[in-house]
Amino acid sequence: MTSAETIREITRKHLTENNGVILGQCLSAVGWVGGTVPEIPDHPNMIELSMDDTSGCGIAVGYALAGRKPIFICRYQGFMWYNAADFVNYAAKAKEMWGYKVPIFIRSIAMEIGAGPVAGGSHHGMIMRMPGIPVCAPMTPEEYRSVWDYFMKHDEPLYVSESRKGFAINREMPDITHDNADITLLPISSARLNAFEAVKILEKQGIKCNVIQLIWLKPFVVNDKMIDLLGNSRFGGIVIDTDYENGASKCIAFDIMQKTNKPTQVIGLEERSAGFAPHLDNPPPSTEKIVNKVRQIVNRH
Amino acid sequence: MKSSGLSGTKGLSKMFSKETSLQLFKKICLCRNFELNVKKAFDTGRMPKIFIYLSLGQESAAAALSLAFPDVAQFSQHRAHSLYLCYGGSPQKLRDELLGLPIGCAGGMGGSASIHSPETRMFGHDGHMGTQVKIGLGYALGSNEKTLITMGDASAEEGYVLGAMGEAVTKKAPVLFVCMDNNLSILTEVKVRRSWTMVDEAMAKGMPAYDLPDDPWIIMHLVERVRNNLPAFLNIHYCRELWHGGTGCDGPPEWNRYELVKTELILLGFQQEVREIENSAAHYVENLWEDVLYPIKERA
Repeated sequence: MTSAETIREITRKHLTENNGVILGQCLSAVGWVGGTVPEIPDHPNMIELSMDDTSGCGIAVGYALAGRKPIFICRYQGFMWYNAADFVNYAAKAKEMWGYKVPIFIRSIAMEIGAGPVAGGSHHGMIMRMPGIPVCAPMTPEEYRSVWDYFMKHDEPLYVSESRKGFAINREMPDITHDNADITLLPISSARLNAFEAVKILEKQGIKCNVIQLIWLKPFVVNDKMIDLLGNSRFGGIVIDTDYENGASKCIAFDIMQKTNKPTQVIGLEERSAGFAPHLDNPPPSTEKIVNKVRQIVNRH
Repeated sequence: MKSSGLSGTKGLSKMFSKETSLQLFKKICLCRNFELNVKKAFDTGRMPKIFIYLSLGQESAAAALSLAFPDVAQFSQHRAHSLYLCYGGSPQKLRDELLGLPIGCAGGMGGSASIHSPETRMFGHDGHMGTQVKIGLGYALGSNEKTLITMGDASAEEGYVLGAMGEAVTKKAPVLFVCMDNNLSILTEVKVRRSWTMVDEAMAKGMPAYDLPDDPWIIMHLVERVRNNLPAFLNIHYCRELWHGGTGCDGPPEWNRYELVKTELILLGFQQEVREIENSAAHYVENLWEDVLYPIKERA
């Protein structure tokens, strides 16, 4: 079963068995959001929103207040700049303000390539700075099941930073660990795919890499495994993000450095706007870019 | 101000029972006395200098809505003390909230602007103007409960308010939208800010919409007409008696609805009851604020 099929089945069950709702724009359009939405267009719990990017999020918050545990879909993660307001300012604060439970499963999908200045990469960094809203970036079927279970057991909004590249994944992706690695890669979201490719190339060049995949971005816990593996990595680590570097990745790198005393660098989207032409795009770090970054660090020493 | 046509409909008050009209006046007096005591506490330094948004001048509309559209979920924003009180929110908890106490209605987190009352299904507001419209709409759709959503004439201009109103019509939401229109955003008049009206907007989206004064009997009459034909929109013109924030005053209001209501009740023959209600409300609220305004240790 692929991740897309997993999400679709979770959603179907939520609509039909939990009286949950799913809200979003063009849910039933071609592809049904990459095959992640069950094809039941007339179901009363499937709420097609108008194209107003500024009111849909508030409507979802209202559904959550009414106890409907909504799944909200933002088809392009860049659109969250308009859609995020009520999630971070109301849903995330409501428990501390008034004791309300406002659980919303916010599926925010990164298109990643060829989408121009607005609709390209991930934007989980803008959400992470606000209190009261955990952030995760699952890719595999089991990771989706895990974050869904978390959501159902909690009463807070959950920001799920998705990548279209993850929808086709039909296997789990274990971390790569060595006792004495040269460096530890800590990729997020679809950067995990390129990181694994980079590791194969680097291995052939005699550079041994750990890969610790980051699924929960906030709260971010520097666990014992990270401490051990980073501690034993000769040249520290690199957080590899699908968002701009001045956000999630630098926060995570800071936390890691605090706990491990190992230098931890970051690479993510370049500090420039993306264009539509392929040569002007600003995609997540490619395999080649990750390889070069690692070699640069290793060779410097 | 837009005072033309705001004098009310002659004889409409007679359509309502004596009990209803006196209940209306009780609520008005409660709100008015409460706000006057907040002002006194604020002006004399007896409460924290938080942002406060007093609803003096708005109480007739709030009272009328609570009588004609009772037992509903409510989503409001700042300047909602009167709505809170008229719908049955605890005056003690509101006082304590304004004092920043943990026993306040929002534990001190809400202050004046973000109050709530779970007991009466009044939901809190996050401080961004107009967000209560989209959130309230979602609540109404998700719960299928009748819902009152109030806004000011300034927050009504937020793009997402207009988007949510359109969505309410599309989804046939059981929502009564009310714009409390004092013609001012702080001190900037509506005509400076826009060339269109909210009633035209609402009607263009396909819901019944009315421009009306804050005459409580007109409000009750119209709400009774639309409450089973939702969504609907009311734009209620009223006079804000004090500054947008704080307790300052720029002079008497263009019209004083409190006095107009009182006069109408007296003309209806309820002079004695009016006097008793006024005295009773004043006494109740003074007692409520006594320990704040006149601490025991200072009374000697």
